Amino acid sequence: MANSAAAYEDQENLVSGKKPPSPTSVFFKHLLLVAISLTTLAPFVWMVLTSFKPLSEVSSLNPLPGTWHPENYRAVFTQIPFAHYYFNSVLVASWVTFLQVFTSSLAAFAFARLRWPGRDAIFRLYLATLMIPGVVVLIPNYAEMVKLHLFNSYFGLIVPASFTAFGTFMLRQFMLTLPRALDEAASIDGASPWVIFWDIVLPLSRAGVITLAIFSFMGNYGSFLWPLIMIKSQYLRTLPVGMLFFDSVYGRQTNLIMAASVMNILPLIILFVSTQKYLVKGIQLGAVKG
Amino acid sequence: MKSRRGDLLPALAFLAPNFLGFLVFTAGPLIYSLCVSFSDWNVAQPGVFHWVGFGNFLDLFKDANFHTYFVNTVYLMLGIPFSIFGSLMLAILLSQKLKGLVVYRTLFYLPSFTSGVALMILWKALFNPDFGPIDYVINSVNHFLHISGKAPTWLLSTHNLLGLDVEKVGFNAKELGLGARDALIIMGIWTGIGGNNMLLYLAALTNVPPDLYEAAELDGASKWDSFRHVTWPMIAPTTFFIVVMSVIGGFQAGFDQARVMTQGGPAGTTTTMSYYIYQKAFEEFQMGYASAVSWLLFLIIFVMTVINWRLGNREAD
Repeated sequence: MANSAAAYEDQENLVSGKKPPSPTSVFFKHLLLVAISLTTLAPFVWMVLTSFKPLSEVSSLNPLPGTWHPENYRAVFTQIPFAHYYFNSVLVASWVTFLQVFTSSLAAFAFARLRWPGRDAIFRLYLATLMIPGVVVLIPNYAEMVKLHLFNSYFGLIVPASFTAFGTFMLRQFMLTLPRALDEAASIDGASPWVIFWDIVLPLSRAGVITLAIFSFMGNYGSFLWPLIMIKSQYLRTLPVGMLFFDSVYGRQTNLIMAASVMNILPLIILFVSTQKYLVKGIQLGAVKG
Repeated sequence: MKSRRGDLLPALAFLAPNFLGFLVFTAGPLIYSLCVSFSDWNVAQPGVFHWVGFGNFLDLFKDANFHTYFVNTVYLMLGIPFSIFGSLMLAILLSQKLKGLVVYRTLFYLPSFTSGVALMILWKALFNPDFGPIDYVINSVNHFLHISGKAPTWLLSTHNLLGLDVEKVGFNAKELGLGARDALIIMGIWTGIGGNNMLLYLAALTNVPPDLYEAAELDGASKWDSFRHVTWPMIAPTTFFIVVMSVIGGFQAGFDQARVMTQGGPAGTTTTMSYYIYQKAFEEFQMGYASAVSWLLFLIIFVMTVINWRLGNREAD
């Protein structure tokens, strides 16, 4: 198999008229790539190994556990309401993702595919708000939630996060690339704007919508500052806030903290590996804010 | 193209849900926050409310804490050039014709995708001077080479590579070394180097037309020449974008790290502007003062954005 791949590469090099890269240079590039990968992976490996250690071995400098303790993972669930944290994070992130995609795809359609007076002025206003640091609106939004009695509730976590100028901007850019003839033809056939949106534009914007959805989910699953100030009850905490309290109360139990961390990032790794085809393209289209 | 006035009503309907959210959670709060920044509103003293004009802003210029926290914020941004340079190097490596590139790319991207509180707690343990593996490795190397130096205490240390003094803005040779801020920079580089910037560079590198390299090769250009005169100018817009976004992000950064890893310490050395806003608002309840700090931060970012935008436009001309 390796032979045929090498033959294929040789052939490709012949076609493009380039010298095949020398085996030593290929070897050194791989060596470098492997070294960087190991540096990237080392902290994760330490995290996983430590999560299986008994408490007595945490401060031992041998990275491998003397005896393996998978029951550390169960202990996390008995010491703190970890299942609640998990559930809350997934619930809040799912709702925010759904609402963000819903509201911003509608708005993006209005900006990208409809002509109306004032459109460009309002769009520029949206763009300008991308510059506003989140902390500027933090205090007013907090005060607003307290006034509306949404403080310390799922609503208070979900609703303020559900509107995104950035998502609107991104989906608008995406929708602008679709040929205009599509909706004009449908419009001549008497299709309403809603039908054009739902049956034509939205399905064709699938890749953009999926990218936005992944980033929205990921960002809100890991969201920290807003849940930190919005939630007081321990059963409403999301994972990042729960982790913070776990760490500050049970901080000496590094093995359990690491087990919790592993469980915290596991869904993200699964999400990433299963969707990276979309993600990489989406980021490269400029789909990411920072 | 005919003007379609008939689009106005549907457009408003499509826009309404998002625009309503925009008014309630962005535009309204923005105005509210500006008003609050001119007041002495303090949640801990109900009933007391005065307009203080520019009082908060004047206090801010005299606030020695704010000066050092501003310097901390800028110091933490020293990692940006290294991070960007690293992303470019990784992208160049990944743009070679090699087997297994997707696997490498996935691994490099992993820290940035999983970044957040869990990884910060992990790094807190890694930097621990008693049982953390980083100091263990440093001590072993020192021992092996018969160096008597002590490993840095990282998150517990006010030391820094520029010798910044602790209580005030200035130089103090005693502070030279590696400390909490450097630890955060190292973590930041590890997290960000293989992230979005690398992917953006990767896309930019694949978009350089191959015939430009062929032409350079025919002219007898070395690898370095063709990087310097072909690659670098061709990816300049990407570099520009990445630098702008990193600087804007850098000014707003530091809250999560400070809250999770250091509580802003030791001696306030990892307190950044955003963490100071949090402390003022949600620990000391001085909403007026905190709002003033956040508007100053906004102003800094606004000025940076305008300057960058001007520079970018000039380059495009």
